[in-house]
Amino acid sequence: MTSTLDTCDDAKAARVVADFPILARPTARGKRLVYLDSAATSQKPLAVIAAIDEYYREYNANIHRGVYEIAERATATFEAAREKLARFVNADPREIVWTRNATEAINLVAYSWGSANLRRGDAILLSELEHHSNLVPWQLLAERTGASLRFIPVDDRGELVLDDLDALLRDCKLVALAHVSNTLGTILPLETIVPRARRAGAVVLIDGAQGAPHLRVDVAALDADFYAFSGHKMLGPTGIGVLYGKRALLEAMPPFLTGGDMIRRVEYARTSFNDLPWKFEAGTSNIAGAIGLAAAAEYLNALDLDWVRAHERALTGYALERLGELEPRGLALYGPRDPQRISGVLSFNFADIHAHDLASILDTEGVCIRAGHHCTMPLMEKMGWSATARASFYVYNTRADVDALVDGLAKAARIFKI
Amino acid sequence: MDDDFYRDYILDHYRNPRNFGHLEHPDASADDTNPLCGDRIAMELQLTDGRVSDVRFSGKGCAISQASASMLTESIRGKTLEEIAKLPKDVVLENVGIGISPTRMKCATLGLRVLKSAAIGRIAAWPDEE
Ligand SMILES: Cc1ncc(COP(=O)(O)O)c(C=O)c1O
Repeated sequence: MTSTLDTCDDAKAARVVADFPILARPTARGKRLVYLDSAATSQKPLAVIAAIDEYYREYNANIHRGVYEIAERATATFEAAREKLARFVNADPREIVWTRNATEAINLVAYSWGSANLRRGDAILLSELEHHSNLVPWQLLAERTGASLRFIPVDDRGELVLDDLDALLRDCKLVALAHVSNTLGTILPLETIVPRARRAGAVVLIDGAQGAPHLRVDVAALDADFYAFSGHKMLGPTGIGVLYGKRALLEAMPPFLTGGDMIRRVEYARTSFNDLPWKFEAGTSNIAGAIGLAAAAEYLNALDLDWVRAHERALTGYALERLGELEPRGLALYGPRDPQRISGVLSFNFADIHAHDLASILDTEGVCIRAGHHCTMPLMEKMGWSATARASFYVYNTRADVDALVDGLAKAARIFKI
Repeated sequence: MDDDFYRDYILDHYRNPRNFGHLEHPDASADDTNPLCGDRIAMELQLTDGRVSDVRFSGKGCAISQASASMLTESIRGKTLEEIAKLPKDVVLENVGIGISPTRMKCATLGLRVLKSAAIGRIAAWPDEE
């Protein structure tokens, strides 16, 4: 198939593997850890672990308040982290709001922007492949405001069908789409949809949870109004995420959570709010998380996101080829079959072996994959799958990992006698 | 989980589930989903003189949840609803619980949970009917 497009850079990948301490630890059964669940959460390089460790050991203090040395250092490093994330997606630091994760970032927009701007009769346009995190907040917003939900359909290979896009965009106030499908790996055609949505007058939010870790993101070029992502899927720690928002929109939005740190002046009866981005950061932030995430962004920059993409594309091509060998024995591969169209995620089922049984058998070989509905239950229902097995790749995966997956599947076939 | 967990009888119950399907007029029924993995099981009971005289289950899911439910249906004929409501986890763990991980334990016990809620639901409904 198409794996000839890219050759796997296993040499560089091997150097990358050495940066991830967890990958050197064998499993309880003494197997090499073959981590193929990065779409759920990524592993962390030493550089990230060290940055968090350094903060707690050397300058742990609250930010924006203390005047003593370590507090100054904490504040400066925390705000420098914001600047690094701003550069990572080509934004202004004032447009970078720290959240807990992509889910909270999307909820921030749904509550703050959505409640203030949507009315009965307005439409919200999503796609049929959205993660629950980019669906449920809009369902609740629609309930609160009387707006309606519409969906861009997906075809049976998991590609968006744009034939009726103009009609779908009519009276549409908001378009909220994934950058990359976490279930099928489909890279959405944002360069087509976003300009048309903007011309139709809609505000555009991109759920970048699976985008920012794998693809070079330039929010200025993309021209989306909001871009939400999670640190833990891009080599950073859990509990920290980012909402990018265009400054004018963020300025006009009411606060989401309220309390300390997000205020300018508080009287008993009223309060005026802080400037961007702190207006949206109530309470003490995840300081270590922001510092760790900045270290992750720097690590990815040093790897070079073009290399990341090429490496994952090559690995996906190789995996499509190897998994294809099992098709005569009943392996069903879902999603686009073209590595150009997928970002390091492959969903499949194998004969009559349930995905959970596959995952359990692979686990005995040290191979970690995900099985289930991947938080996309409506998509699974539409496709008629009760569950799928999902392998997802990242910077530290090699062809040896793909081979281990295929060997594990062969073992499952032996156990289930197929 | 153990390598040898998927023993032949488990695969047999998975591929040829016993008492699979529906009853025409069930006296008690319930269904539930394992939200973790989407496994689904429904149980239907027929009662004669207060004891289970027939049972059917239906559902979709992994070998563990389906085989466990299938084996369970083979062991409950003749039991009263009170007895079913008090069935301990061991009845399914003896069949499929050996060597399975804590997460998969929820799959193994799904059928039992559904069966017990069918029984408990029916017991709770009695006073209204009389
Ligand atoms: C496409 C997509 N959107 C949103 C999320 C939610 O991410 P988080 O749980 O970090 O908020 C995920 C993660 O599973 C995802 O894959």
